[in-house]
Amino acid sequence: MLEGRVFKFGDNISTDHIVPGRLAHLRSNLPELAKHVLEDADATFASRVNLGDFLVAGVNFGLGSSREHAAMVIKMAGMSAVLAKSVARIFFRNAINLGLPVLICDTDGIDDGDELHIDLAAGTIRDITNGSQLTFKKIPEIMLRILDEGGLMPYIKKYGDFKL
Amino acid sequence: MAKTLAEKILSHKSGLDARAGDIVVAQVDLAFVQDTTGPLTLREFEAGGFDQLADKERTILFLDHAAPSPNQQLSTDHILLRRFAEKRGCLLSDVGQGVCHQIVAESFARPGDIVVGADSHTVTAGALGAFATGMGSSDIAVAFALGKTWFRVPETIRVVTSGSFQKGVYAKDLILHLIGQIGADGATYKALEFGGDAVDLMPISDRLTIANMSVEAGAKAGLFAADDLTRDYLTKQERGNDYQPIAPDNDASYQKTIDIDAVGLEPTVSRPHSVDNTALARELEGTRIQQVFIGTCTNGRLEDLAVAASILKGKKRHPQTRLIVAPASRKVLLEAIETGYIKTLVEAEAVIISPGCGACLGLHQGVLGDGEACLSTANRNFKGRMGNPEAFIYLASPATAAATAITGRITDPREVL
Repeated sequence: MLEGRVFKFGDNISTDHIVPGRLAHLRSNLPELAKHVLEDADATFASRVNLGDFLVAGVNFGLGSSREHAAMVIKMAGMSAVLAKSVARIFFRNAINLGLPVLICDTDGIDDGDELHIDLAAGTIRDITNGSQLTFKKIPEIMLRILDEGGLMPYIKKYGDFKL
Repeated sequence: MAKTLAEKILSHKSGLDARAGDIVVAQVDLAFVQDTTGPLTLREFEAGGFDQLADKERTILFLDHAAPSPNQQLSTDHILLRRFAEKRGCLLSDVGQGVCHQIVAESFARPGDIVVGADSHTVTAGALGAFATGMGSSDIAVAFALGKTWFRVPETIRVVTSGSFQKGVYAKDLILHLIGQIGADGATYKALEFGGDAVDLMPISDRLTIANMSVEAGAKAGLFAADDLTRDYLTKQERGNDYQPIAPDNDASYQKTIDIDAVGLEPTVSRPHSVDNTALARELEGTRIQQVFIGTCTNGRLEDLAVAASILKGKKRHPQTRLIVAPASRKVLLEAIETGYIKTLVEAEAVIISPGCGACLGLHQGVLGDGEACLSTANRNFKGRMGNPEAFIYLASPATAAATAITGRITDPREVL
């Protein structure tokens, strides 16, 4: 069971909002890069998040670059999952590869600051603040297995190959 | 059963009868990183404990995003890439050779290949009939080691363009128009497959522009059939032997088909801060522009510089508008010198920067000031993209860019042609 508080963002949050190209010189210094997470969307975000919180967004979250650092700094900031109405393809794959759950669901009813309880195995999201319950779209089997192992590198270390 | 281009290539490379929606593991023919995604990839490769690269001759490290490097941290990242190439024996494309996607098109991608790169614009090689897609560093580290990766076979949207472009209208206008129509997530998880009589006659340079921007609609791949024009292009690059024809089956199953009449298209511009926020150039006339940037994997080819030079010949940039030009590769730069385009552009007071990504992603060589507006031939205009979240980016064709450089305001190129 995942429990945490919601940080709500809008539609089309790009990888440049999350980790802009102008900070490319920090990509080999991840703790420093992580201090700037989502800076161009909300300058106060990095200082307000707590371990286990949830990043909730609208449509097409993470569009743009292939930079895995985008998913990485969101995880490093302590987020336990990303919830969005839709997610750009490369970001989705990157997040799962790093062991960061990405849940596709209708986020319209979730407000900034809400308390959520998420049961990944049961596929349910409970909004404790407003009492509503949501379901999220099924994650493809191979991605679930990668997620279960904590990411792609631990998965490959364990199996040595892709197991379909 | 009839197949789309994506289904054909993924079937061949997986040894399965791959259909949209299937998950397959497929052989990778080319895998690469660039200097802002490469260091993480190489660290993951080393930490993964892999013995060796699956195919050294088809593994490439490109130094193009910060080339030459503007600061000590990126210079040190470059050392990491150079040392890995030396130790592991893979290919290195060092500073000044050009943008990864241009070099992949010139020298590596083949029709029917699977190409994966740690850069979202890897889709560019779809112009040559390769299934090419961008991934993150972990996926590429594994592809480096195993020579394969997993794919969900995408559903395909067929885009059929008929007729011919009006004077002043180019492939860039077509793809901006399409993204404006379907939206920045209009093809998410799907392949875009381009055809129609306008595409049959379209040179590879234009197909590369269109394939390049397919990811701006969220697409996993932007695919073209490989035909006689593909063969001629590969022959010109001295690799005619890499050619094989590939085309979708006539009765392949598409999620939907979008018809575009090329005759009806006009010079198109994406407004800040999203690529799908399109308007016609003529509707934006009067918008002041402080910097024009011509180049990138989208529009930094010889044909693009030729269009810009033809418009700028005998003219000068507007005194309040900087003009920056980045040829997409060293080969393009050499050809642009030989043809006189560089002389024309420099006489028009353009700044020529080294082949590479240049000002596109905000690292250097043309970072915008607060409140400034840039009209760029690149593929992305997200807030902060060119190094400053307080700046504004418009995207357009090289012709619109050149016309705008002269007037200092967004200008429909048909006014100066």
